[in-house]
Amino acid sequence: MTGTKTATKRAEVVVTGLGVTAPNGLGTSDYWAATCAGVGGIGPVGRFDASGYPTALAGEVPGFVPEDHLASRLLPQTDHMTRLALVTADWALADAGVRPDEWSDYDLGVVTASSAGGFEFGQRELQALWSKGGRHVSAYQSFAWFYAVNTGQISIRHSMRGPCGVVVSDHAGGLDAVAQARRQVRRGTSRLMLSGGVDGAVCSWGWVAQLASQRLSPDGYRPFDATASGYVPGEGGAFLVLEAAEPARERGARPYGRIAGYGSTFDPRPDGRDREPGLKRAIDLALDDAGITPADVDVVFADAAGVRELDAAEAAAIGAVFGRRGVPVTAPQTMTGRLYAGAAALQVACALLAIRDGIVPPTTGTDPMPEYGLDLVVGEARRRPVRTALVLARGYDGNNSALIVREEV
Amino acid sequence: MAQLTIDDLRRILREAAGDVQDIDLDGDVMDLEFEAIGYDSLALLEAGSRIERAHGITLDDGLITEAATPRDLLTAVNEVLAEADAA
Amino acid sequence: MDRRVVITGIGVLAPGGVGVKNFWNLLEEGRTATRPISFFDAGPFRSRVAAEIDLDAEACGLTPQEIRRMDRGAQLAVIAAGEAVADSGLTLDPERTGVVVGSAVGATTSLDEEYRIVSDGGRLDLVDHRYAVPHLYDYFVPSSFSREVAWAVDATGPNTVVSTGCTSGLDSVGYAVELIREGSVDTMVAGASDAPISPITVACFDAIKATTPRNDDPEHASRPFDASRNGFVLGEGSAMFVLEEYEQARARGAHIYAEIAGFANRCNAYHMTGLRPDGREMAEAITAALDEARLDPTAIHYINAHGSGTRQNDRHETAAFKRSLGEHAYRTPVSSIKSMIGHSLGAIGSIEIAASALAIEHNVVPPTVNLHNPDPECDLDYVPLTAREHRTDVVLTVGSGFGGFQSAMVLRRAA
Repeated sequence: MTGTKTATKRAEVVVTGLGVTAPNGLGTSDYWAATCAGVGGIGPVGRFDASGYPTALAGEVPGFVPEDHLASRLLPQTDHMTRLALVTADWALADAGVRPDEWSDYDLGVVTASSAGGFEFGQRELQALWSKGGRHVSAYQSFAWFYAVNTGQISIRHSMRGPCGVVVSDHAGGLDAVAQARRQVRRGTSRLMLSGGVDGAVCSWGWVAQLASQRLSPDGYRPFDATASGYVPGEGGAFLVLEAAEPARERGARPYGRIAGYGSTFDPRPDGRDREPGLKRAIDLALDDAGITPADVDVVFADAAGVRELDAAEAAAIGAVFGRRGVPVTAPQTMTGRLYAGAAALQVACALLAIRDGIVPPTTGTDPMPEYGLDLVVGEARRRPVRTALVLARGYDGNNSALIVREEV
Repeated sequence: MAQLTIDDLRRILREAAGDVQDIDLDGDVMDLEFEAIGYDSLALLEAGSRIERAHGITLDDGLITEAATPRDLLTAVNEVLAEADAA
Repeated sequence: MDRRVVITGIGVLAPGGVGVKNFWNLLEEGRTATRPISFFDAGPFRSRVAAEIDLDAEACGLTPQEIRRMDRGAQLAVIAAGEAVADSGLTLDPERTGVVVGSAVGATTSLDEEYRIVSDGGRLDLVDHRYAVPHLYDYFVPSSFSREVAWAVDATGPNTVVSTGCTSGLDSVGYAVELIREGSVDTMVAGASDAPISPITVACFDAIKATTPRNDDPEHASRPFDASRNGFVLGEGSAMFVLEEYEQARARGAHIYAEIAGFANRCNAYHMTGLRPDGREMAEAITAALDEARLDPTAIHYINAHGSGTRQNDRHETAAFKRSLGEHAYRTPVSSIKSMIGHSLGAIGSIEIAASALAIEHNVVPPTVNLHNPDPECDLDYVPLTAREHRTDVVLTVGSGFGGFQSAMVLRRAA
């Protein structure tokens, strides 16, 4: 009744399904083909007239027609990013070969990451409130914009009644959500967890809020470059289907890999800036959790903030763990922009595809500063076996999360 | 003030809550229960607030959610509209 | 041996009482803190009552710059966290201490106000970035709430905001408990905060008629389980806790309020705002939380209900209690403190955990005030009007929220 009780605390957790909506590809195969080929999806903002703002570049998901995927009844009550999320979740479950109606409802759970909720929907309703009055605010506002909307809507769509959750930790949220989903599978509170993040706030209100971070680039996303000038925001993300390895094998699922380790820390407060930032400690915790050493890691998917001091801090953390040019590093998000709650979830999906195909996708449009001492995979994708990948993600507030995925043998 | 017709209601429902599957909203739905047509209380509240705004009226709590069918809803709303006219 | 998690520090800011002592006095005396909305002109709105806090943030220790920077919800969380840490007497080890703050709507109140400015009162569809405050991003992504708490208490362990609507305050503490149990940290500063009383929030609940229109009688507007109830009263507040691994707490001779013995949450996968009358998923969450606590339903001495004061909620959870506890539901006192302090959305779950821990501490069950004439379908013992002395070793506290979330937590007097 309450899910399997057989899973032990140390049960291996594998990823059996992926769904992707990204600015350089709608769906996993389009995304992966574009990413390996170094084809990006960043361009002038199309969702609103951004010409009057200091930056007008975004990564928008191409070719997404909600009506092709979702019933008309859902459209008035959903933000654009929730529509993307619902479709991404459908694809992830289908990829895992899961038909929810064949499962017990309490064996299926959902944990998503969120950053700003359905911000575009929220802008419309705030505009209605302030231009016309409270009576013009939609009945859907109470949930269409809020942070929990994707978990709620996905659970309803697939009758998933198991453990649920929503974490908000900016760009780090995607990893924190997957870690929370992994806990549930490990503890046996759920047989299957859908997790990750799909996000986006490409609307003028979202733009103004993001500009306030002083981290958006006016002229392109060039992490680790001497001319790094910030990042380009984007929309989309990924969902992953997590299950315990044993039962997944028994039902004939084909895992992409397993979630082997996770660590999460927070940077010291402003008066403690002489203390070391938390990223290295997050990496160490993740390696420890996975029971591996730095030498076991074949590639690092960097957070790649695109802001000089943040790039330097990340390079220093990677260098401290792996040594100078000690491990290939990549940041394929140069092709998508940074996707907030979707960012790290997409990186995990990317890492699992890298393991599947033995390809490290490139970091595009950037010329890394030699001082950073990074072996950044630039130009073309690098073909090499990938058994273990480390994914890094940081949030605006000082969140540092690290997640390790490994080949499932 | 103009009365609300079934066509008005169809249009408002579509705007407020989208089109339903499996049922032809343009067919004879006057006496079908909203639940059977596929519109829940939330959809009706959104439709109700659109009616309120379009006609400058206030509908009592429950008037919307207690209406089981389009006919019930039209009757109740048109009574309010008639009262507003008389006032 | 599983690591156990206990509460060793509590901080509360609730309507009618800043600080744990004032909060508990209000509950024990059965006073209400609901009143006409004073934060803005609520004249045009359908529901014009709320449970507001009279907050002097500077008197509570925040600096002028902190007050300017932080949304009110973050301010409440920081102040409550300060009280909790002081109460615990614990010197935090930064790297072994994490922070999690639950919040349903984050910095909505600030976003509402800032939108008014950058849109020039709704005149601009393309809003003007030149009028944005420098810390607008802090409002955009509410992980600023947990950042502010981490900065205030100096914690560099795992840090996040948990946002599952109106169960956020239970789910955030449940999340924190898991981190301690698995050994990632030894201490968590965890709880929840929401300060949602703003025009957009009032308008969105007006639109679905979820809040009460009992504007002429604000003091008695929150009436859970009463036949005359007609919606909830919006509130605000924060409760934060110091949660510790049991052996650590015992070794340092800490005062232990209660052990968090079990927690579970479930989705109803039914409707974004609606509840099925049978209470099935909440009952499932209760059963799972009891399983985790290795307790029989008959061990429960008191149920701290969600009790929001909407018809569908009151019936839904009454059904859930009967479904999960059987006959024992009829013998167990059930009460809703929302009758006194309103419904502070994501914060209330943590405030109710505080009330539950204090019920264990004092062996007193807080009342459901304004309950004169129960809904015939709500036929349990709702502790009407006055608090009751009652041996309380085990408490069940539950929450239910938009998105379909159903959460249950079991607290037990620490042996």
